[in-house]
Amino acid sequence: MRGHRRHWKVSKVILESLTIEPAELLRQTGWEIKPEGACKGERCVPLGVATGGEQFNVRTLAALLNMPLVGDDASGLWSLGPEAGGRALESVEMPDLRLPDLNGAIFDVGSLRGSKVLLVAWASW
Amino acid sequence: MTVALDTGGADVARPWIEAARPTHPSLIDQAHRVDTMFGIVNVPSSVWIDETGRIVRPPETAYPRKPPFLDRPVPPDASPEVVAQIETLNRLRIDADSYISALRDWVSNGSASRHALTPDDVMRRSRPRPVEEAAAAAHFELGQHLHRTGRPDAAIPHFREAYRLQPDNWTYKRQAWNLLQPGQSPMDVYGSDWLSDVQKIGAENYYPPVDL
Repeated sequence: MRGHRRHWKVSKVILESLTIEPAELLRQTGWEIKPEGACKGERCVPLGVATGGEQFNVRTLAALLNMPLVGDDASGLWSLGPEAGGRALESVEMPDLRLPDLNGAIFDVGSLRGSKVLLVAWASW
Repeated sequence: MTVALDTGGADVARPWIEAARPTHPSLIDQAHRVDTMFGIVNVPSSVWIDETGRIVRPPETAYPRKPPFLDRPVPPDASPEVVAQIETLNRLRIDADSYISALRDWVSNGSASRHALTPDDVMRRSRPRPVEEAAAAAHFELGQHLHRTGRPDAAIPHFREAYRLQPDNWTYKRQAWNLLQPGQSPMDVYGSDWLSDVQKIGAENYYPPVDL
């Protein structure tokens, strides 16, 4: 595995409020707040606002980062979707992917490095 | 390895996995993260990943063998609904033999296999994500969350919106239909069901052709 974990635009985040702390933004979406803006990998998007604060307005970030933000009036919840534009695959390099098995044990797909992998997606429905 | 794309999680995947008694990793994706990550819109779909962790084929229809519902004869006493169902299933485009043959070629020949795509080809074949589809993912996620937290009725408008925004995402539709309560039908709740939607696009178009 590489030294750093790869984040793709797979974020699908449920929010109870429209403010987010930088640490949470990074954990959920892979976007890191730096002095130059919101950054992921090599790419930085200037935010046009001071980046020293504790909280960020999700609506502003969503618009700048091209992520859809949809709400549910009754529950007061929000959903921040994946970045639009480009393609589903962000690159051909496998991103970090850990999923549980039937018993809840977490399996790191990266541990299969060194073997060819056929990833078969199926469903019970 | 396999991944079950199931909002119902291990509970609903368990009977199949236990019956198959797999020796490979058999994982559960309760949040449908893998669909979003790779752009998977129906099952079964497979992705090829080489020894270095590089994707060499993006997701595509991947039947491991000819499914038993293909070429099923129509029973003489079948109702019109059953006849329509069987005839539609028979027209689905599934070529398991070619797929498995390509897969075996890759296993034997690795990157020299003509079925192992270049990075440019993988990216070119990867599903585009226009703003509508990103919004569909957000609505589907909200629907799943509301369903999981005991608000199945509140989930329905979000599942409905996910369809509207990305009508060819069968994973969204089939999952949402499956989550309906006893007594609810997809046609009543969503104004569509599998058969009517497949007939609308033509059964031949349900699984896009796989360009091996």
